[in-house]
Amino acid sequence: MASSRTEVGNRSYPLFIYLLIPVLALGLQSLLSLYFTRFDIIDLPLLVAIYYAVVRQEPISATLVGGLIGIAQDALTHHPLGIFGISKSVIGYLAGSLGMRVDTESHGTRLLLVFVFTLLQSGILLLLQRYMLGQPFAWHGTHELIRAAANALLGVVLFSLIDLTRRTEY
Amino acid sequence: MESFFSRYRNALVLISVLLAQVIGLAVQVRRPGHSPEDKGGVLLIRAWVTGIVTPPERLLHNTGHGARSLWMNYVDLIHVRRQNQDLRAQLDRLRLEEASLAEDARQGERLQSLLGFREKYVYKTVLAQVIGTSGTEQSEVLLIDKGARDGVRSDMPVITPDGIVGKTRDVFAHSSQVLEVSDPTSGAGVILQNTRIRGVLRGNSWGQPEIVNVSPDERIKPGEPVLTSGGDAIFPRGLAVGTVDRVVPDPDGTLVNVLIKPAANLAKLEEVMVITSTGSQMPASMQQDLSDAQQKASEILAERLPSRVDPNAPPSQQDDDATVGPDGEITRPMKPPQALHPDQYTPSDTPPAVDLKPGQRLAPELAGTGDAPSPKPAAHTAAPAAAAVPAVRKSEDQSVKRPESEGSVETPGSAAAKHEAPSAAAPAAKPKKAAEPAGDAGDHAKSASTNDTQSVPASPQPPAASQPPAAQPQNPPPQGAA
Repeated sequence: MASSRTEVGNRSYPLFIYLLIPVLALGLQSLLSLYFTRFDIIDLPLLVAIYYAVVRQEPISATLVGGLIGIAQDALTHHPLGIFGISKSVIGYLAGSLGMRVDTESHGTRLLLVFVFTLLQSGILLLLQRYMLGQPFAWHGTHELIRAAANALLGVVLFSLIDLTRRTEY
Repeated sequence: MESFFSRYRNALVLISVLLAQVIGLAVQVRRPGHSPEDKGGVLLIRAWVTGIVTPPERLLHNTGHGARSLWMNYVDLIHVRRQNQDLRAQLDRLRLEEASLAEDARQGERLQSLLGFREKYVYKTVLAQVIGTSGTEQSEVLLIDKGARDGVRSDMPVITPDGIVGKTRDVFAHSSQVLEVSDPTSGAGVILQNTRIRGVLRGNSWGQPEIVNVSPDERIKPGEPVLTSGGDAIFPRGLAVGTVDRVVPDPDGTLVNVLIKPAANLAKLEEVMVITSTGSQMPASMQQDLSDAQQKASEILAERLPSRVDPNAPPSQQDDDATVGPDGEITRPMKPPQALHPDQYTPSDTPPAVDLKPGQRLAPELAGTGDAPSPKPAAHTAAPAAAAVPAVRKSEDQSVKRPESEGSVETPGSAAAKHEAPSAAAPAAKPKKAAEPAGDAGDHAKSASTNDTQSVPASPQPPAASQPPAAQPQNPPPQGAA
């Protein structure tokens, strides 16, 4: 399953995958939260942004893609546009930078990355909403750990599924 | 210089992206006193994203809804299901009106002296389906499938038949955002139904609505209903909000927060109603419903209160004794129901008041004009006291079946004979007022002979009235007194 960074760099995805998966993630996040109350602890757009960053290994594109996904996620809320955009831009940049240095094909690495990045996103949201915008934001440590663990576990599974759509370029 | 940009290109791009978004944030939150509805580019971005995301959601939702409708309307009990839907719709409307009118009554009792009071009635609602959420814990926002094309505007109340849900925020052409009352940035004016304490409702960090900054009051108890107060100029007054869950201290001060259990199930919303039109005059449909309800209530009242006569009833159903009052209300005299077990207090035994004389006694044995019931013979006193009870009861039942014997006075001998042989005395049933003294005499005689204070009297009459003097000294005087 695990592969070297050079081997991963030789793989790409069909174009519609780049467009479809973010839209699908946003739609499923919105729809599943309607029928499953606690599904909102999962952040599918965040998982997509992380996956794109670690696979592409380009911090600039990862930053832009993360920002666009975040702004689209902001548009579905009542918050000002940019809260999720800023957090996902930072996470995309960090994930893209790490993807160039570590083997991100390992399940353990992916699990740890998603766990840390989920906590990091919560911290950025706390900083932006509570201290920058003065809006109410709840921070419950245990809840954030549970959220990070749930996203990490789901991320490993989803990343493996998306890997199936990859094609190797020779 | 070129090497600087090429060396720090990634970081510069990140900083540029972050700076642009921070400026965008500042522009969005900078406007003082701005309306919550977004405008310009922000609204355009939201409309684009919503337009991209909602069609698949609408398709999935409608597919599931269509499949359910197909099964429910055409396969499974066509007419019953349809009728049930109609009845539910009517019930929903009536529950709304009931909530509003009930609160009107309470408020009107206290504010009836005030003039210029204006009420907001719900004129028109738009039924919408919930097709999505924001998907995050930080934003309690719903997406509904009705927008500006359907008459929805910003800041319109969104409710369910159970209670309020929230208010519309950004409205697009075919969809709208609904900010739930459980969001920390929402706000609704509410009032506690019993204690009449007003407050502002908003969501806490766990997504539960709470009334914030309330003065501590011991009268606030869990379960007390909470209604909208109408003070926010969005929600009409009197709509159900929920019930008091518990009272928690405010961490920032000496006040308390009242946690509310919402009446509407905010976690499982499928259909909501957007109130698109309100007014100060009662709508015609509500007036019709009220008149129908009043007519129905008068019918129920006429059935339960015999003294009230429906003036619209046909003459054949009206009582001849009915009288018309000065206010036009037709009444008829009260008639007591037929007694199941007549006794000496039964009205049929009592002569009219005009025939009574002061000091006259009604019962012959009490007046001394009749034969007093003699003590039971020794054979009867040996009978257990419990045996006398069914005998008297049976004679009572028979006296009910023979109203012509009421008021008659039988001889004590016949009473004693019947008491000893109830089955044989059944054809010559005797009224209770003649039978009871005999039973009492037998019981008290037994008490006198056995001095058993645990014996059960057959009649609730006071024993002192007919008890022989020999049975009295249960507490003998001290010997010194003799």
